[in-house]
Amino acid sequence: MNGPQDLGGQMGFGPVAPEKDEPYFHADWERRALGVTLCAGAMGAWTIDESRHARESLHPADYYGSSYYEIWIKALETLLKRHGFVSDRDLAAGKAVDPAATPKRVLKAENVPDVLAKGGPCDRPVATPARFKAGDLVRTKNFHPTGHTRLPRYARGKQGAVEAVRDGFVFPDTNAHGQGENPQWVYTVVFDGAEIWGEGADPTLTVSIDAWESYLEPA
Amino acid sequence: MSHNHNHDHDHDNELDPFAARVRALETILTQKGLIDPAAIDVIVDTYETKIGPRNGAKVVAKAWVDPDFAALLKRDATAAIGSLGYTGRQGEHMQAVFNTADTHNLVVCTLCSCYPWSVLGLPPVWYKAPPYRSRAVIDPRSVLEEFGLTLPDTTKIRVWDSTAELRYLVVPMRPNGTDSWSEELLADLVTRDAMIGTALAREPA
Repeated sequence: MNGPQDLGGQMGFGPVAPEKDEPYFHADWERRALGVTLCAGAMGAWTIDESRHARESLHPADYYGSSYYEIWIKALETLLKRHGFVSDRDLAAGKAVDPAATPKRVLKAENVPDVLAKGGPCDRPVATPARFKAGDLVRTKNFHPTGHTRLPRYARGKQGAVEAVRDGFVFPDTNAHGQGENPQWVYTVVFDGAEIWGEGADPTLTVSIDAWESYLEPA
Repeated sequence: MSHNHNHDHDHDNELDPFAARVRALETILTQKGLIDPAAIDVIVDTYETKIGPRNGAKVVAKAWVDPDFAALLKRDATAAIGSLGYTGRQGEHMQAVFNTADTHNLVVCTLCSCYPWSVLGLPPVWYKAPPYRSRAVIDPRSVLEEFGLTLPDTTKIRVWDSTAELRYLVVPMRPNGTDSWSEELLADLVTRDAMIGTALAREPA
């Protein structure tokens, strides 16, 4: 979706302002927000793609007015409600009022090290051979899906070169919506700065994205 | 804010609204048996004390001193990094990109906050915020200048937008004058920002 998350090339946000010796957390609630988000995800009711889509579905004013941990928590409330774990009545009361759906699993403290060390690999076998190879010229699709996609607007309808064929990966555009993993080959595609930004582009700039096969057509 | 207001309440029990919101959510999920608060403690401790940019610095320093490791890191970064014991969440599919005399690499996630947690830990706020995510792909030179890094006009800049599940680690160039340095000393020159691409490795003092 052309949502607030799709930031590449947007203007007006000001300087980056890196913070010297930045702490990992700026308030104690951020620690709990990280942990609650990971523990809730570990219930196995939604995928990382669905959680990304929940975050980018915040109203743009809300998204831009929120810190990243605030975005996580707001989206987490959406996910928990959607999957029947939390109700509006629970949230209004600040305590458990309604019964919850049954999770696939509950992450216990003793299992955290193993779960974090294992992660959640997203590579999957793909039945068909890769359509493109390194060096192929490709053009990204020009599309504007209303659902989740990982092809940023700045890189749509652009010609680039395949630099590397990666693995097969879960396709987020369907997986985010509970429509299956449908794995596809992923390619690193590199574009000249001028192809993307046109007049005035930095002549030394190249930008790459990692693109699922269905985002690409032969150039 | 003035504190001379005329009413009675217990400030010790006040939380700012968002802290209260997070606490309520944790309370609800705990009461329903959906999460284990002790698991949250372990997660926080892991990312506050165990997994951070020191991991990545050791990877880079080893690549500087060990050509075989550097070759493996280039070919199969997940395996190379895994051989040092760094695996797991948001490091499942790693790619290392090497700075050269001609080309400087910079990593961003314009669409969210994708970041190689297994080697760099949790991302800094600026990495997740709109100014960096919007400008890194269109005007990286001015972004780098805000980090105090001015590259020669002739240096090519390659920006890697982490749009899929690959996570990128920049391998900065080894500083001159460090030929006799041990891997351990070299690792101290490798900062988090150098591995994102918003800085170079530190020069020896």
